[in-house]
Amino acid sequence: MQNDAGRPVGPPIKHSALPAPLTITINGKPYEHAGDPTMPLLWFLRDMLRLTGTKFGCGVGMCGACTVLLDGKATRSCLLPMQNAAGHQVTTIEGIAGDNLHPVQAAWIEEDVPQCGYCQAGQIIAAVDLLQRKPKPSDEDIATITNLCRCGTYPRIRKAILRASESMQASKK
Amino acid sequence: MSAVDRGRRRFLAVTLSASGALLVGIRFARAENNADLPAELLGDDLTELGPFLRIERDNRVVIGARGCEIGQGVITSLPMLIAEELDVDWSQVRVIQLPYGYVETDKGPSNKYGDQGAGGSTSVSDAWKELRQAGATARWLLVQAAAREWNVPADQLKTASGQVIAPDGRKLTYGALARSAAAIDLPAEPPPLKKPEDFHIIGKPTRVADAHDIVTGRSQFGIDSYLAGALTAVMLRSPYLDGTLDTLDDSEARKVAGVRDVIHIPGPKPDQPFVAGLADGVAVIADNTWAAIKGRDALKATWKQGPWAKESTGALSAKANELLDKNEGGVAVRRDGDMAKAKKQARYKVEARYEMPFLAHATMETPGALIDLKQDSALLIASLQTPDSAQTMISDLTGIPRRAIEVRMTRSGGGFGRRLENDFVGEAVLIAKAAGKPIKLIWTRDDDLQHDFYRPFGVHALAATLDRKKKVTSWTHWCAATPRPYRENGRKRRIFDGCLEPDDFPAGLVANLDKTFFGVPSGMPRGWWRAPIHTFHAFSVQSFIDEVAVTTKQDAVKLRLDMLGEARKIPYSGHGGPMFDTGRLANVLKLCADKIGWGTKRDDGHGIGIACHFTFGGYAAHAFEVSMEGRELRIHRAVVVTDIGRVVNPLGVEAQMMGGTIDAVSTALNLAITVKDGEVQQKNFPDYPLLRMAQAPQSVEVTIVDSTEEPRGAGEIGVPSAASALANAIYAATTVRVRKLPLMAELQRRL
Repeated sequence: MQNDAGRPVGPPIKHSALPAPLTITINGKPYEHAGDPTMPLLWFLRDMLRLTGTKFGCGVGMCGACTVLLDGKATRSCLLPMQNAAGHQVTTIEGIAGDNLHPVQAAWIEEDVPQCGYCQAGQIIAAVDLLQRKPKPSDEDIATITNLCRCGTYPRIRKAILRASESMQASKK
Repeated sequence: MSAVDRGRRRFLAVTLSASGALLVGIRFARAENNADLPAELLGDDLTELGPFLRIERDNRVVIGARGCEIGQGVITSLPMLIAEELDVDWSQVRVIQLPYGYVETDKGPSNKYGDQGAGGSTSVSDAWKELRQAGATARWLLVQAAAREWNVPADQLKTASGQVIAPDGRKLTYGALARSAAAIDLPAEPPPLKKPEDFHIIGKPTRVADAHDIVTGRSQFGIDSYLAGALTAVMLRSPYLDGTLDTLDDSEARKVAGVRDVIHIPGPKPDQPFVAGLADGVAVIADNTWAAIKGRDALKATWKQGPWAKESTGALSAKANELLDKNEGGVAVRRDGDMAKAKKQARYKVEARYEMPFLAHATMETPGALIDLKQDSALLIASLQTPDSAQTMISDLTGIPRRAIEVRMTRSGGGFGRRLENDFVGEAVLIAKAAGKPIKLIWTRDDDLQHDFYRPFGVHALAATLDRKKKVTSWTHWCAATPRPYRENGRKRRIFDGCLEPDDFPAGLVANLDKTFFGVPSGMPRGWWRAPIHTFHAFSVQSFIDEVAVTTKQDAVKLRLDMLGEARKIPYSGHGGPMFDTGRLANVLKLCADKIGWGTKRDDGHGIGIACHFTFGGYAAHAFEVSMEGRELRIHRAVVVTDIGRVVNPLGVEAQMMGGTIDAVSTALNLAITVKDGEVQQKNFPDYPLLRMAQAPQSVEVTIVDSTEEPRGAGEIGVPSAASALANAIYAATTVRVRKLPLMAELQRRL
């Protein structure tokens, strides 16, 4: 089970010898990080908060398995140090649904996208970001997603994004 | 055990759980009149039985999935087999992943769940009978319970949607019957299975059982496991094949906040079997992953180059070609007929050589393991393909008996054969032993690409002779390669196993045949890479037959069909045998040709290529339509037709064929592992560029042949014929024949 084991922000503790902890908002909740400010957001999410839906794939920002929304924009969390992430709003795969699944998540299930499943959280976050910018994406728009999938689920990712686009358009009307 | 007990021994274990749920496992007894029940499922210990099936009082059904889920879909397809015979609706079913089920019985080591490994595309074919039997037996018990309740003969009762139905329309849910069903003695014989025409789950498109967990980020992979008190380890390994640590300065690493220790973990000796890790290395142990990575970056280590300091891909290629030129040290793989006579009488002669690179597995989830060693017991949580070997390795390295080693299986972020090896488990054990703490070992991507069991490197030399009617009269396939068997731990393998299959096409179809293997010495560890033998040699075979057709001005589909001849079954000694059905291969080829529009004249500069292959009991044909736009390759259509017998989950098979095709295209176009001065040159995805969505075919048109043959796995058959179909299409579009992979580098060099 996942949990929010990170420390929510409490009353400020005065301690002159230590630098002030970094504060960051993740899935709507405030957290503090008093450790290494160069720690990438990815490892803070995983090792400190146990939010393990965000995955490690390459550590060089290429594969996209670690994609999160930073102030609403898709961002590779493996290259983002906590000192740069501090003060921002982060949304992870665990935080994109409300009471119901996000339309992108629902479309992913409907189109039966996942195979091994490992890259899918990053793919879904990338799709959420794309649909915010391009509510009716073209095939070329979809192909701008650079997240890698070793299982080759790309054709179903395309279908799921188009399905999500349709359901998001329909719910706006 | 008394004679009475023996007679009453259950072939299926049923117990009541504390909560009153009915638990059904498959522990078949050694019924003398039922010799076809697999021996590994026999056992007597009922109390330790984990459930395959749990029926809750509210009629919810929980089914345990026994396989290693690596993306091939067994977490869905195997429970479908149980649910079908139990006769419940799939919507009532919740699936859970089972752990590894090793048990010791009076007959020796066993597994209460049957075979749990993932390799060779066997999960579905192995489970086809066993797991349906488990479901059918549970249904039988529930029907008996209803029969007693109503005092109606059991054979007058029906079941549907998790209910038993009486002739007068009365109904009882399975949940209501579970308690009394569990008290009923098991049948002496396995109850009959459903007729295929009555299937309502098998053969129906079914979505991934745990998709909700995946899309919400709740799904647990090996890397997602944490344990109180465990430290994280990252290793710096010798960059040289069989290199050893020379000097180490870890003073800066130890200063990194969170780093707890730095430990030398000795690697295997050259020429000794691989029993744990692949390389000499230094483990940095820390409070968290980032501290461990930072600590590793701060290590100052120098390495002694090992015995392979001169190894390079160029030298391996030269050596392979030299062995083929000189015909030196070859091992006969298969020889038929009179080759000398065939050559003498030949009207046409065609020859070509093809070079295949080393390949890495590059699973999206890198290898890793979480291990907790206690005095007398151990716990492993990891993404695995062979939990049995992992457990054995832990036992061998620690002396802890297998029965005291708990192995928890998680979803795996890809397998592709990488996790058939458990070197990463071995490393974690050695580190945990040295550190005296539970250890979570993390591999970074450079660890993964630089320390893999690579698919072998090799050169295929093919030659064919034809008579004046353009009939193929002889076929020569010589292969010089770094043999797949290398430093095996106790396993006996033939030198050509994994590189050349004696009975693969066109063996048995051409009177004169010479298949010969030449071993090229190499220090690169070699392993199994998705459809291993077949992805390694089918590219050359199916490219060459295209070349024969072009050279002798024949239709490439008709030539293959002529060689396959009358539909018949011929002996096949390899995995997926014992017979190879020429008719089924011809059928998928013809369907594929129809689908792509083979034979229509084109004037748009597009090229069409086709290929077919038989792998692990399945049949497939691929076709591509491509064109060049400047120096860029455009794939306009990708078509695949497969026949894998009866299909359990069409949606899953379609996914495997689609994914297999894209994996094959990705690999053929751009991927190669190269070695220079005894060091692997690729370090991360920029050097090993998996295909992105923009480069992949927009869709893969999948056709699955409707078949009533025994079901076979779909995880690998989607790969072998794709690369050659693509190269054949590129030839049709450009007249450039690519004989060396990866394709794009070679194509751009020659354009």
